[in-house]
Amino acid sequence: MSNIQGFLAIELDGAGWDGADLTRAVLVAESAGFHAATFTDAPAPGRTNALQRAAFAGPATRSIALVPEVDTVYTEPFHVSTQLASLDYVSGGRAGWIVTATESPEAAAAVGRPSVTGAALGQEAAASIEVSRRLWDSWEDDAVIRDVATGRYIDVDKLHYADFETPADFAGAGYSMKGPSIIPRPLQGQLPVLVPASLLDEVSADAVDGVLVSAPAAELLAAEVRDVRARVGASVAVIAELDVVLDARGQAAGSRVAPFDGGRAAFAGTVAGLTDFLESLLAEADGVRLHPASLFVDLEELGRLVLPELRRRGVLRAPVQDGTFRDLLGLERPASRYASATAAPHGAGK
Amino acid sequence: MTQHNRAKSDVFVPSGQIQFGAFFQGVNSGTIWKAAESGSQTDFESFRRIAQTAERGLFAAFFLGEGLRLREHLGRPHALDVVGRPDAQTMLAALASVTRNIGLVATQNTTYNDPADLAHRLASLDLVSGGRAAWNIVTTDNAWTGANFRRGGYLDHADRYKHAEAFVETAKRIWDSWETSDCPARRVVHEGRHYTVDVTPRLPRSAQHRPVLFQAGDSPEGRNFAARQADVIFSAHPKFDNAVEFRKDLVERSIAAGRGANAVQIMPASEFILAATAAEAAEKKEWVRNLQIGPQQAIAYLEQFWGRELSGYDPDGPLPEIDPVVEETSETRGSGFHGAKARQLADQWRAEAKDKGLSIRQFVISKTARIDSTFTGSYTAVADQLAEYARVGAVDGFNISPWLIPTGLDDIVNHLVPELQERGVYPTEYRGSTLREHLGLEAPERTADQAAEVVHA
Ligand SMILES: Cc1cc2nc3c(=O)[nH]c(=O)nc-3n(C[C@H](O)[C@H](O)[C@H](O)COP(=O)(O)O)c2cc1C
Repeated sequence: MSNIQGFLAIELDGAGWDGADLTRAVLVAESAGFHAATFTDAPAPGRTNALQRAAFAGPATRSIALVPEVDTVYTEPFHVSTQLASLDYVSGGRAGWIVTATESPEAAAAVGRPSVTGAALGQEAAASIEVSRRLWDSWEDDAVIRDVATGRYIDVDKLHYADFETPADFAGAGYSMKGPSIIPRPLQGQLPVLVPASLLDEVSADAVDGVLVSAPAAELLAAEVRDVRARVGASVAVIAELDVVLDARGQAAGSRVAPFDGGRAAFAGTVAGLTDFLESLLAEADGVRLHPASLFVDLEELGRLVLPELRRRGVLRAPVQDGTFRDLLGLERPASRYASATAAPHGAGK
Repeated sequence: MTQHNRAKSDVFVPSGQIQFGAFFQGVNSGTIWKAAESGSQTDFESFRRIAQTAERGLFAAFFLGEGLRLREHLGRPHALDVVGRPDAQTMLAALASVTRNIGLVATQNTTYNDPADLAHRLASLDLVSGGRAAWNIVTTDNAWTGANFRRGGYLDHADRYKHAEAFVETAKRIWDSWETSDCPARRVVHEGRHYTVDVTPRLPRSAQHRPVLFQAGDSPEGRNFAARQADVIFSAHPKFDNAVEFRKDLVERSIAAGRGANAVQIMPASEFILAATAAEAAEKKEWVRNLQIGPQQAIAYLEQFWGRELSGYDPDGPLPEIDPVVEETSETRGSGFHGAKARQLADQWRAEAKDKGLSIRQFVISKTARIDSTFTGSYTAVADQLAEYARVGAVDGFNISPWLIPTGLDDIVNHLVPELQERGVYPTEYRGSTLREHLGLEAPERTADQAAEVVHA
């Protein structure tokens, strides 16, 4: 990505399970100027399904991208694809997907499948991404024709069987999927797909639009971002992951919450310190995703002080009213890989 | 408590009330897309508009259907009817944020989902909507749909309700496992023939305790399943006599299941074609039918049964004299036609059409046009008719499929609902904030504590 200005995403975990709290959180994030809201789905008591929280937020918001985590290992790829395409419809083209594939004996037991580990996790993710991308393309953009003269609602030549089969060297239980999708092509054509950098061995950079980069400490984050950038090239967004706890309401950051232990770089301190840190980080990364320690407390400080100052410094991209998530990432709307008129250019599946 | 006693009683007591659900079918032949006023079938605005109209009319629920593979016609996706729709739960979660009261019913099948995953998603919808979620349980089991799923077509037809019942039992245990919001859940373990579940549920009970359960399916197994498990049955019998008979049948089954005569409510699928006068309504019906079943739809309908192209035939002429290609007969996939009987059926139909002097198109309209589920007439006449349903308790309500999106409920809400309210058979306000309250259902009893034991089924 060639943009000098970056974007900021915020993880909305902690907004609670109540619809009213969720609406409040996403509206505060949007009016603060965050470009994207993300929704974690890691199993935890009280945490509702991420995709549904994102869908609930859709009609309540105008410009913020809505990006849920959706598991690829213990889910049905066909459902995942349909649900994400539907999220794109209910959010007016602001949907994205954070692909997760984590080792979880509990998740395996919950659906009665053998636990998937190691490289097989990435292979499951790669297969699920491929299924979704094929299904999203399986209706060409102009497949719904509503031609009264011939009585045809759709042009069947513009619908395609996705005919996916897991590769021969697939580590898990292989499967196939037929298609076409049961929903027309998403508004964005293809939703932006983001993966954690840990999956990049099995998931090809060509298959994704963004990579989430973690580091064990804040000082190491910029270097890690440069490393990933070198691997994936300029066309894939590189997004740094940062835990945040700020001095707020007269309390020092350190005393407000227990130290993080999520294996993510953390910043604890003043608003001014965070602003400087983000400015330098955004010189390397296309975007930063913030994980606030205490959602509403930190969100207030971020919205009141940090984002306005970053905007003043010219570091942040202006939010686009009625823009899509692809617009935010600087991505063109791709043609369907099956589009008959023109041969699909290399990488157009993304 | 009084309601509790009523539910356990062996005497059926009519509620004297009618409630409405809105069934946005998405994929079907009943929705008119050829009219100028027909809007998008997939844009969120269509869903918002119709759900908000239904809520203005105090509808109890907004329904979405489900089909997990596109219907086919002669081996290709079916081109003539409305096709393509969003995922039910994703759409309903979005609608939850632009509505306040209306129930949100997701049709979801038990064969191509995992119980722990589906139960968690439904509980999420229930929490995010403030206790308005419901699950319309369907059992689609064909291998053809299975081609879209990891498990393929793994479930025999005969096993589907057994599987569905174990699935629903497991889901109920998952929903009931969290005592209070501070108390961690009990582990739920199920070892079954088709799947195994070992899960520690993550969500508390919602304002309505757990999602309301609808069931759609009509076989004896389906009805017994509903009698044992469901709160509401989404039936296919709206005509008065059939409805009364169906009620009697379901009451017997509910009593036999030990849940009492009033345990399961009935809401048949229905279509309304209304106007200020009977004559206008009849005219409107003609217009609706001609747009639902145009010349191409009529030919395609016969092609499903003839198993061959019939495009050379005149839709305004008699039925084809050539016989069906039995081996290749391929129905618009998605429902249960028996190809082997095609020739016999063709003979029967030719005789019937000739007898009644019907052209292909007229004949197909007579076969397909939801004859049994349509209420046609003036607002007042139909209101009188529905009041009679309420009086005898033939049904608890109707699940209305609008034939026009997104304006198809406007006349019902603007004209029929006030007529029903005047007759005292329709709510004048929402009874509470949850779907369970709107329907007048009692709080569900918690499933037995099976925390420690593994449940085999
Ligand atoms: C009124 C009604 C609506 C239905 N809607 C759906 C639907 O949206 N999706 C689906 O897969 N099946 C639907 N079904 C099909 C049933 O789930 C079931 O598979 C079918 O009726 C066969 O079961 P049975 O033999 O018990 O009737 C519906 C059935 C009825 C009666």
